[in-house]
Amino acid sequence: MVTVSEHAPRTRRNVELVLLVLAVAISAGAYGLVGAGVNGEWPAQLYLYGAGFAVLSLVVHVTLRLRAPYADPVLLPIAVAINGIGLAMLHRIDLARVGNDDFSPLAPRQLMWAAIGVGLCTAVLWLLRDHRVLRRYTFTAMVAGLALLALPMLPLIGTEINGARIWISLGPFGFQPGELAKIVLTVFFAGYLVTQRDNLSLAGRKVLGLHLPRGRDLGPILIAWMASVGVLVVERDLGTSLLFFGVFVAMLYVATERVSWILIGMGLFVGGAVIAWRIFDHVNARVAAWLDPFDPAVYDRELGSSYQLVQGMFGMSNGGLVGTGFGRGMPTLVPYSESDFIFAALGEELGLAGLFALLCLYMVLVQRGFRTAIGVRDGFGKLLAAGLAFTIALQCFVVAGGVTRVIPLTGLTMPLLAYGGSSLVSNWIIVGLLLRISDSARRPAPAVQQQPPDAGATQVVSLGPGASAGTGSAGPDDDATTNLRKGGSP
Amino acid sequence: MNTPLRRLSVVAFVLFATLLASTTWIQFASAGDLRADSRNARTILADLSRERGPIVVGDDPVVTSVPVEDRFKFQRTYTDGEVYAPVTGFYSLVYGATGIEGAESRLLAGTDDDQFFTRFADTVSGREPRGATVELTIDPAVQQAAWDALGDQRGAVVALDPATGDVLAMVSKPSYDPQSLAGHERSAVVAQWQALLADEGDPLTNRAIGGNLYPPGSVFKIVTAAAALESGRYQESSVLPGPAVLDLPQTSAGLPNSSGTACGPNEETTLTDALRISCNTAFGFLGMELGGEAIKEQADRFGFDTDLRIPLRVSQSTIPDDLNEPQEAQTGIGQYETRVTPLQVAMVSAAVANGGELMQPNLVRRVVAPDLDVLRSSSPTSMGEPISPETAAALNRMMQTVVSDGTGRSAQIDGVAVAGKTGTAQHAEGQSPHAWFTAFAPADDPQVAVAVVVESGGTAGDEASGGRTAAPIAKAVIEAVLAR
Repeated sequence: MVTVSEHAPRTRRNVELVLLVLAVAISAGAYGLVGAGVNGEWPAQLYLYGAGFAVLSLVVHVTLRLRAPYADPVLLPIAVAINGIGLAMLHRIDLARVGNDDFSPLAPRQLMWAAIGVGLCTAVLWLLRDHRVLRRYTFTAMVAGLALLALPMLPLIGTEINGARIWISLGPFGFQPGELAKIVLTVFFAGYLVTQRDNLSLAGRKVLGLHLPRGRDLGPILIAWMASVGVLVVERDLGTSLLFFGVFVAMLYVATERVSWILIGMGLFVGGAVIAWRIFDHVNARVAAWLDPFDPAVYDRELGSSYQLVQGMFGMSNGGLVGTGFGRGMPTLVPYSESDFIFAALGEELGLAGLFALLCLYMVLVQRGFRTAIGVRDGFGKLLAAGLAFTIALQCFVVAGGVTRVIPLTGLTMPLLAYGGSSLVSNWIIVGLLLRISDSARRPAPAVQQQPPDAGATQVVSLGPGASAGTGSAGPDDDATTNLRKGGSP
Repeated sequence: MNTPLRRLSVVAFVLFATLLASTTWIQFASAGDLRADSRNARTILADLSRERGPIVVGDDPVVTSVPVEDRFKFQRTYTDGEVYAPVTGFYSLVYGATGIEGAESRLLAGTDDDQFFTRFADTVSGREPRGATVELTIDPAVQQAAWDALGDQRGAVVALDPATGDVLAMVSKPSYDPQSLAGHERSAVVAQWQALLADEGDPLTNRAIGGNLYPPGSVFKIVTAAAALESGRYQESSVLPGPAVLDLPQTSAGLPNSSGTACGPNEETTLTDALRISCNTAFGFLGMELGGEAIKEQADRFGFDTDLRIPLRVSQSTIPDDLNEPQEAQTGIGQYETRVTPLQVAMVSAAVANGGELMQPNLVRRVVAPDLDVLRSSSPTSMGEPISPETAAALNRMMQTVVSDGTGRSAQIDGVAVAGKTGTAQHAEGQSPHAWFTAFAPADDPQVAVAVVVESGGTAGDEASGGRTAAPIAKAVIEAVLAR
């Protein structure tokens, strides 16, 4: 307990390599099974596909060895596996749609986007040597984030698809700037909150055991709320709106340790949601489809029908416990089975067992993100890692919760899994950022050490709230100098 | 910041736990309801796109799945559809499945629990899954003979192997072609269905085992005679009163013979003669003497009031409780509220033919997987002994006299002893009676038990009787069996 460990901390890169081999094997195996299931033979390009996936994975792996040797060894293999499973499902949907009039395969395009995403993830690791650099761009990030959010509202490039105005078209490519805004705004939240946390957490009165913030400190949360309501109203994008606001409130809570922020945030959200439900037809329709999807009146109506939701549930029920197997289900009966409803498509063909495995992958990914946040020494890194990890968690919840009728259906997609270039690229950047932060978190402390701690209690406390960054005299970044390896994970 | 981080990570965990729960709810807990929802096209679409197994009669399939170039990949195809419709049933994209198609649907589709390992092997090897072959007990020559003999009349024919319970023939007319409901064009299928529903001949009803049950009329006298012999109070030669009209207590109405004359000298007859000439008054007397309880008990032992699957569901033949004396007399001659399926009547004859032991009727001989693995093989199953061997032997002799020298002479076959019983059942004011005949042959070594009903007298109309209208049909079926 007392002695600080002297042996060299292990990088665990070899563990990562083994897991990567497994992840590539899962991805290529899934791809192969799709061919076997649909056409009765192993696809001809299986080796090419497997090799391509292996190369992409190796690029990041080698980059990590060179540039972030202490990065978390589990993050990358999980990201590769999820992406690979998603690609296999897209390939399967392609095979079902061959012969349709306007058929154009999704999987090759998604593979291209995966390559771009992995490239950007690598670029993040090469170019961003220390995540704290990002803190300098806090307000640049705010402007960029809001601009990205606002882009689809602009004439000419903004495009409305399926009632949601969240796309911009650049020549032949469509892009959802909201996906990038997700990252940029998380950077802004982290930078802003790490500076403002003292004001937000210490000032204010205590009422009924609850620290209430000062009136003027309510500004930021109100702005975030209005921004997300704006997204909801103007772009009609329920999911993004919920995601931004949820992540902001979560980060606010982490920064201030004040439960009151969560209550205020939830109050604002519920208020906004109720008003939106009363005022906007499309929100109202979504709620009705959520509450009563099997009602023939809701199911059969032209606009805001529960058809997609119900078909998705039919598909999942068809899968049952172990699924029909790749190629044996009928996922294409569900509209948008490649994007919004890929969760249902996988549920049909891989069953409850497959979805459990998938959700566990996400869960581990998210928990490694939080582990990184707990382990990293600076407040900015903590907030950024937590924000990014919670983004993934909340997005999974909003999407899969919508498909499985926990909450009303929204228009988001499963991170790394579903079809969509913007989303895939953004999530690979998130993986890159988490890898970068986890490298700092797990890197051994600088050689010059302060006095070793004199009591075991110090170490225990150092993991607890008392010693956590910023509550004492230490500034947000100062605790980076502590000699304790916190959160060094196995 | 680590405490809120840990709490937030717990929140994230709870979010995922919620998803695990909601996914379980859909894929496991409520999966059955979702699959059963009529808006869920998957269940039938899945079956349609799989190579459904054939239904085989004799050596040849009568129902097969033929590859086609549409989204379902296979077209269900029926050979001699009308002849076999009461057996095979239909398999429709819109209206589900009936008959063997419905009863053995999971085996035909390859989704039965018994086929788990086959499915698993198919999945592993990437082979297209195929359903199992269902082989029927139907003999195509017997089925065709029954179909031809019934002609254009409404009614049904059932032929059983008395020793095994195998159903050799099951015909119901008017029939329909299941092909007309097997199309992949929804609107066409719906139109055909509406037309079949509107047809006043009610072709979708399998008259042999279901539909509006028939009053048995005099063929029920076999059951009454069985109850009399089993009671120990009567033998074949027992003398019974046989007046032209039987006085019924509690009412001014009497029970008359259809001939309007007495059944024998001194208004008396023997039990054998009463059956031979189908003497109403003697059996009415027996009905009251034995009582409703005893007759119902005997009928139930023959299979009345019992759920039966062959594996098609058979409507229960029924006989009422708590009869007063006139009703007992009516019941004794197969009138009042007794209702039967032709299969039930054939079962009574089969039990007599089989020395008193009733075998469970069965349509499916074997179910064979695509890899020739036998998934199911039927073995003769006893439903008990409704009558003693002695009673069976006596009834056998009595029923032979019906054909040799009684009401069923038109069922005589050269060189073969045929045992039978006619029936002419009143069923509604102003309508011709149903003509019944049930028989088995050869009497000393029965190969077949048969029941024939011709609704409302068939082409003979008011002139119809069991002997004249139904017996020749039974004869044709017996000859087809003996010619094998």
